[in-house]
Amino acid sequence: MPDTQALVNDFLNKLKKRKIEGSQATAKQTAELLRSVISQTRMPYTNQAAALIHSVKAVGERLIAANPVELAVGNVVRRVLHIVREEDLSLTTAAMAGLNLSAESDDEDDTDRDNHPALSAAAIAAASRSTLRPPSLQTLLEDVPDSAAVPHTSSSGGDSEGKSKSADKSSRSRKLKHDVIEAVNELIQDISTCHELIAEQAVEHIHQNEVILTLGSSRTVLEFLCAAKEKKRSFRVFVAEGAPRYQGHLLAKELVTRGLQTTLITDSAVFAMISRVNMVIVGAHAVMANGGVIAPVGLNMVALAAQKHAVPFVVLAGSHKLCPLYPHHPEVLLNELRSPSELLDFGEFSDCLDFGSGIGAPLLHVVNPTFDYVPPKLVSLFITDTGGHNPSYMYRLIADYYSADDLVLERRTTSGN
Amino acid sequence: MDPRRTARTVSDPKVRQVGFFTPAPPERSISDPPRFQDPIQPPSPSPTQVNDHSPSGNSLSPVMIPPAHHHSDNFLRTALQVTSPTKAFSYSAKTVTIPPENEDVASSFSPGRKVVSAKSPSSFPGVKASSVPASELTTVSVVNLPPGISEKAGGASVEVQNDRPVSAKTLKEKTSKAERRALQEAQRAAKAAAKAEGTKASSAASKVVTSANTKPSKAAKSSSQKNDGSQVAASEKKGGDRAPEKDRKKDAPHPRMQYDDKSRVEKAKKRAVVKQTEARNRVELFRHLPQYEHGTQLPDLETKFFELDPMHPAVYKVGLQYLSGDIRGGNARCIAMFQAFKEAIKDYSTPPEKTLIRDLTARISSYVSFLIECRPLSISMGNAIKFLKNRIAKLPLALSESEAKSTLMLDIDRFINEKIILSEKVIVKHAVTKIQDGDVLLTYGASSVVEMILLHAHELGKHFHVVVVDSRPKLEGQLLLRRLVRKGLSCTYTHVNAVSCIMQDVTRVFLGASSVLSNGTVYSRVGTACVAMVAHAFRVPVLVCCEAYKFHERVQLDSICFNELGNPDAISKVQGREEINYLDGLVNQENLQLLNLIFHPQVCLSL
Repeated sequence: MPDTQALVNDFLNKLKKRKIEGSQATAKQTAELLRSVISQTRMPYTNQAAALIHSVKAVGERLIAANPVELAVGNVVRRVLHIVREEDLSLTTAAMAGLNLSAESDDEDDTDRDNHPALSAAAIAAASRSTLRPPSLQTLLEDVPDSAAVPHTSSSGGDSEGKSKSADKSSRSRKLKHDVIEAVNELIQDISTCHELIAEQAVEHIHQNEVILTLGSSRTVLEFLCAAKEKKRSFRVFVAEGAPRYQGHLLAKELVTRGLQTTLITDSAVFAMISRVNMVIVGAHAVMANGGVIAPVGLNMVALAAQKHAVPFVVLAGSHKLCPLYPHHPEVLLNELRSPSELLDFGEFSDCLDFGSGIGAPLLHVVNPTFDYVPPKLVSLFITDTGGHNPSYMYRLIADYYSADDLVLERRTTSGN
Repeated sequence: MDPRRTARTVSDPKVRQVGFFTPAPPERSISDPPRFQDPIQPPSPSPTQVNDHSPSGNSLSPVMIPPAHHHSDNFLRTALQVTSPTKAFSYSAKTVTIPPENEDVASSFSPGRKVVSAKSPSSFPGVKASSVPASELTTVSVVNLPPGISEKAGGASVEVQNDRPVSAKTLKEKTSKAERRALQEAQRAAKAAAKAEGTKASSAASKVVTSANTKPSKAAKSSSQKNDGSQVAASEKKGGDRAPEKDRKKDAPHPRMQYDDKSRVEKAKKRAVVKQTEARNRVELFRHLPQYEHGTQLPDLETKFFELDPMHPAVYKVGLQYLSGDIRGGNARCIAMFQAFKEAIKDYSTPPEKTLIRDLTARISSYVSFLIECRPLSISMGNAIKFLKNRIAKLPLALSESEAKSTLMLDIDRFINEKIILSEKVIVKHAVTKIQDGDVLLTYGASSVVEMILLHAHELGKHFHVVVVDSRPKLEGQLLLRRLVRKGLSCTYTHVNAVSCIMQDVTRVFLGASSVLSNGTVYSRVGTACVAMVAHAFRVPVLVCCEAYKFHERVQLDSICFNELGNPDAISKVQGREEINYLDGLVNQENLQLLNLIFHPQVCLSL
């Protein structure tokens, strides 16, 4: 594991020093790192999923601690854990089904028979899958027998696996890792291509002679708008510059080179122009479980203005930005304060910085937050790579991507599985 | 006709006269025949009202192409002081009464102008040059002159008629379509009236004109004028019908010059003192506002310094200070302007053959037009200029020149003292009662009133914390921040994007205003509405502090209909952070437009 350790340390450093910009890049690198961690993990004979989960959690914990504000890291860690659990479950159920079938066909006296109630393979598979997902209409319609017995069966299935031939077991262990790594590759692929999937939906939302407002710069938004442009939709874009990083300038330049009619405005002029705007399209840093958005600073103001003028506020977010946590006091806990030098020139204000009150505390504070929290009631629509969603629907997507056991990533003294 | 007119006078609300008018009842409908009965008509409101409607009344709206030359203002103003609906008529009439001088003047005028000479019939479709002798048009003036003449007992209008030969030569004007229409209507009415009345009118007219040429107006004269007026009014309904309608329309503030009218923009550019090049990429939404490329004016003006004969150096200095942005803020600009005017008045001496009132008013107007070219007027400055012109117009003729000048300077001082300095003190006194210990106060940009409030509260020993919110491109909050920290207030500085993050800690918001409009809209720096909206969302009380002289009767819904556009380069260049140069070289691409709004109204519904 020494090479993985080096990789992990290297990545940790980058995260701590905020060298990686953007949640997509972070997510991709996290996933790749976890993939190498998984491939390096030594798999015991029994309970292999638990071993994988343990090693992923160990690394994931450290990654999240390095940059708690970059929620994409935690998202990817939890996604990988979920993948491991899912793959493990599908393998066990398939194995169980295979065992059952073999038991039935061979008509052997198998101890498994006593453990499993008389269930068909499909029913077992369905039942095991239903334990992993919260009840949905599909599972409610299926016949779900004793669900308490099923997790038992998975572990006992492992034991019974252990009883069976060793060749079978080793192939299965290899299979688990193999499946997990395949799934993680798929995840990386998804992260890389989320822009295209989102941009495909652009034509449904942008029509002729529209005026669109955006703030700062987001690659997703850029691709979105260019996709609409390619489909020959005519529209204009107002870009608010997004102090103090002024990413809006970059976006405006990009849009102009691609031939879009762009107007650059200051952030303070957003309220002035919003009455003439048809739609506000922005990117997000992260989407929380309640549908709230962690967005670049200034977007709460834009969202309030849009709500006042009844302008739709559309958030574009790849699925790797969806975070299963609920935001508690997000302006403080999920925010990062950057250097005051972006707002005030230190040289110019050095005389003011010298002043102090009686107790020696400085008189001048400068607040330069990076993120803003937009509550879900201000968002009209989320466009993700799986389609368009309401803010109140986001919690369902979480159920698809994450398992409930992984929300808290600290290792407990008892077995985490 | 009469009932309608009286009805109209009733509908003329006194409250419309916001801003500071002398407390005489507003007499917009001075043209009413019944009003002629009253020989003593309060002259005060009319000049100011008329100044409202005067197209050259740059006192009204900051964004207007400057009227060309002060002589024209002189001309216009006297004409317009007569009555509101008929200013067009009298203008043209007076013009026509000086045919010989008008020729060369008329030729230099472009077609749409009110000024007409008998030789250029195309200007007035309703008037055939040859068929309308001067006397007939004088009839028109008679119709509408009487109230003016009767009220201008001092014979101010007399001076006009005397001055006209000189002033008409260098006429530059700005008329609105409404006035031209009114004028044409008047011409038609005049023609019909003249036909109906024949010689009687003309004789009466000539009598009136001659009597007007003698100084005081007598009651007898006014009665004869009244007769003419009523006859003419009675004889053609149509013209009369149009007149009250025009009057009613004139009750509303004069519509501003819209810059998408190409012909007028061209005309104005020819007359402009300050040559300003237009920005190539104009934002479509703001085509009705002037968009200039800044930075080209300063060297140009400097070269013109010694050529600008009529410009007083103090005014010139103030104009340059506006242009470079050294003086910012409604109160500061107003006070600076008035100080400059005081200097100018002190050095002023009436040229021979002119009266102080007319000439001084014209000169002040020319200064104002120069200041507008440097930077569009703020609403407070507009009100102040209205006041000054009002005072000048009300000067009794009997005063000698030095007395008049000293009176004016005293008036100016009193205005500054009462309306600006004292009112600030009163505001501060009231506002500090709203500040308690432990408050966290948020303010936006740099408002002089809010700064005074904060400093005063600090002197009183209250303990509070100030959050200064700033925004691009002017970054005015930094000046305020510096001044506050020097005095020992503990401050937090942030930019407008972060206002939602900081608002949860704030207990009160104090905002300054450039003006408060008639529908309750607060008109102030761009970005103020954002702060107010976020405060409203977080349920933080917002207090707006504004002196009364900044109130205005206009209404405005959003920031598109009226605004000031700043230098777009200020957006692309971030001062102090040279690494942000993404937009170098892109400014002139046709797809990219930079929009730099200066002002912004916030509708009170949100507060």
